[in-house]
Amino acid sequence: MSTNRYVARANNVAARMIGGEMMIMSGADSSLYSLNETASILWQAADGVTPLAQIVEKHICGDYAVDPAMALRDAEELSEELARHGILLLSDDPLPDSGPPSKASP
Amino acid sequence: MNGLMGEMGAKALKLGIPLGVQLDLTYRCNERCVHCYLDHDDHGEMTTPEIKDLLDQLAAAGVFFLILSGGEIFLRKDLFEIVEYARKLMFSVKLKTNAVMIRKAKAKRIAALGVESVQISVYSHRAEVHDAITKLPGSFRRTIEGARLLKSNGVRVSLANVLMRHNANDYPEVQALAAELGVGYNVDPTITPMMDGDRSILDLNIAPGVLERVFHNSTLVGNAEEFCAPPSGPLAQADALDSLPCSAGHTACYISPYGDVFPCVQFPLPSGNVRKIRFLDIWQHSPQLKEVRAITMADLQGCSSCAHGSSCSRCPGLAYLEGNMRGPSTQDCEKSLARTGVPSMNLLRKGAAMATPNPTVAAFAPKYPRGTQPVMWMARE
Repeated sequence: MSTNRYVARANNVAARMIGGEMMIMSGADSSLYSLNETASILWQAADGVTPLAQIVEKHICGDYAVDPAMALRDAEELSEELARHGILLLSDDPLPDSGPPSKASP
Repeated sequence: MNGLMGEMGAKALKLGIPLGVQLDLTYRCNERCVHCYLDHDDHGEMTTPEIKDLLDQLAAAGVFFLILSGGEIFLRKDLFEIVEYARKLMFSVKLKTNAVMIRKAKAKRIAALGVESVQISVYSHRAEVHDAITKLPGSFRRTIEGARLLKSNGVRVSLANVLMRHNANDYPEVQALAAELGVGYNVDPTITPMMDGDRSILDLNIAPGVLERVFHNSTLVGNAEEFCAPPSGPLAQADALDSLPCSAGHTACYISPYGDVFPCVQFPLPSGNVRKIRFLDIWQHSPQLKEVRAITMADLQGCSSCAHGSSCSRCPGLAYLEGNMRGPSTQDCEKSLARTGVPSMNLLRKGAAMATPNPTVAAFAPKYPRGTQPVMWMARE
């Protein structure tokens, strides 16, 4: 798997941090998802222009006692899962114009 | 409500988060529906900057579901600016409209903004009946055209069919029209008093026999046998102490075009104004909202021991409009009678059970009928 992948929040989702969990509703079928703390960090940092590896290094490895390689592998798996559900975009190239700004947190 | 949606609601209730807000952008309207509960004059609507500031406050308070309604929302020239701003704040946005002003460009823009759904008021499959209710000639044709345009652009649409004397028997055909359009359908046999308490429009309510037919139609209410099952008795005392009458003021509220906050659109208890006080201060500290929150089923006079106690859909707003937010809502008692054939304690007391005038019902479609999906998970080590 490429370590230079880019992630961006889909632009048709609704999202809000509620009680420490990021709740996301898919615009495609109104399915509701809940992300835990670390997944929420990744989702909020998914601006389309910061490489996934950099997001993991800056936002996950810096705050959690985790092996960087394992953290990146987990993040890639999570990103692919979220992309399958249509709430995250995943690309080998930057996605500068996709996704709303992260204003989901109170 | 169950699954993840139920968990989110329970968490919001526990944390005191207003999960859903209906914001009416205007009371002005291009239609003059015979059953409307609003005064359509503009008494000083919030400006665009005021509404944007309010949306910032609602997002910060944790609001997830935002319903933009009216009046007719497309009479606001800044509607798209407001919707775009709301979507940037990542609300789940639902629009309520008559769709008369929706043409190709507007339909495309609504789709592009990722609006969750659009609810459109349709009263009949017959243009002459629909137009007679809206008092706007040609409205049926334009409304249906608007619905088609939204649907063809991929927007989730549902037709809201309010029933009254004029259109009481048209709902099967409106339901069929919705199926033909490929959109959702909700029937609402509720005519509620006007916001100022005027109850004269209640005379428009459908006859008991029609209401019974609606309630026994599984395509409208889900499992009709279950929905119309005999009442299972009053709530146990312990449950009554814990049970809340409804989400109004607990996880939801309503804001008027003038900034007035109420527990619900159907519960006109003034609780503060966002032009004077920050929304979160009103939500957390308003004496009126605190009073609403303090009420449990055990406090309801004449309801806590009623046979319908465990299955009643009593609306505290309608009870308030009847004079006592802790009392019964006669309209809901009449609903229970139409569902089950068993009169409530309130109706028995009034001696009205044998001659039920103009029963009305609240919309029984779930507010957020969403599927739930597995929780995404990432291990923290």
